[in-house]
Amino acid sequence: MRTIVTVGISDMKIVKEHEILISYALGSCVGICIIDCVAQIAGMAHIMLSYNKNGDKKEIFKYADTGITEMVRQMEKLGGIKSRMTAKIAGGAKMFDIKGSSTIGSIGEKNIAAVKDTLQKLRIRLIAEDVGQNYGRTIMFDSTNGNLTIKSFGKEEKVI
Amino acid sequence: MKLNESQMDVLKEIGNIGAGNAATSLSNMLSKRIEMNVPEVSLLDYNDIIDSIGGAESIVVGVLIGFEGDIDGVILFLLKKEFVHLILNSLIGTELKNFEEVSEIEMSALSEISNIMVSSYVNSISSLTNMNINVTVPSLNIDMSGALLDSVTAEFSEIADKAVFIKEKYYCMNETVYSYMLLLPSMPSLKILLNKFGIYT
Repeated sequence: MRTIVTVGISDMKIVKEHEILISYALGSCVGICIIDCVAQIAGMAHIMLSYNKNGDKKEIFKYADTGITEMVRQMEKLGGIKSRMTAKIAGGAKMFDIKGSSTIGSIGEKNIAAVKDTLQKLRIRLIAEDVGQNYGRTIMFDSTNGNLTIKSFGKEEKVI
Repeated sequence: MKLNESQMDVLKEIGNIGAGNAATSLSNMLSKRIEMNVPEVSLLDYNDIIDSIGGAESIVVGVLIGFEGDIDGVILFLLKKEFVHLILNSLIGTELKNFEEVSEIEMSALSEISNIMVSSYVNSISSLTNMNINVTVPSLNIDMSGALLDSVTAEFSEIADKAVFIKEKYYCMNETVYSYMLLLPSMPSLKILLNKFGIYT
């Protein structure tokens, strides 16, 4: 039996080999999956916004910059080595196309940019992504082989 | 700015005002006798809203409508299968089997109904507060409720971790259906709105 660990919104989990990380229904949110295959640890963060501008300490995993940085720090504490880590990301969709004053349409795009920027600053290689478009994604990250499975409404399941 | 309890209460009350109007306009449009209860207005966070709709992966129709003028923000209308079926069946006589098969015509019918309901909702707030508020063209998507919701709540989460959630129950031809609406004003508008109701920030 393989254990399935659910990662909620503005949340992060780290698991050992044989466990599966899952996050449901990402819209403009982005799921960041990082693995160190040698140390056999994998992490998933489900961020909602790009930058933690106000230095929110209570909800660090709500933001791409503080969320990813903290996830990597905790993975290192468990024996992970940054230079071995690889990342896969999914989400950041534009669910609604609305004209006018609202900035809702661009949240997904901003999230993706912030995630990539943070990974680059941490020098973690981004090896695969399934981002943007206008549909939601449920993502499953297999800590054994680093496969990321993406399920969407009315679409074929895909593995990146 | 984070909202305190009394500000939250005012917001809840504002949510209540327009709900009856929206239901009446629905009844008129479908030319069906629709009975309704007093709407349930609550302040919920993302997870509670998801639970109330039936889980993050439940497929729903989401219609996002912006409002602008003296105040601005968005209203998200979420419709489950039973409600969508009632609308489509009454308006164009089609049977909705599953969401994968919703046609273009059905999509625009749903957009239109949502638009009229949201407009009548906004109108009642507008006339009560004596403000000029217009609604924008609706944007519709069919997807997992969690995905439709996160983009909308993300922006609002800077202001409050909860949103005004309006659940309405309708009885029509021995069936009970629900509609779900989220009211999300922008930060400056929230202040204006609260001021209008005598709460100063």
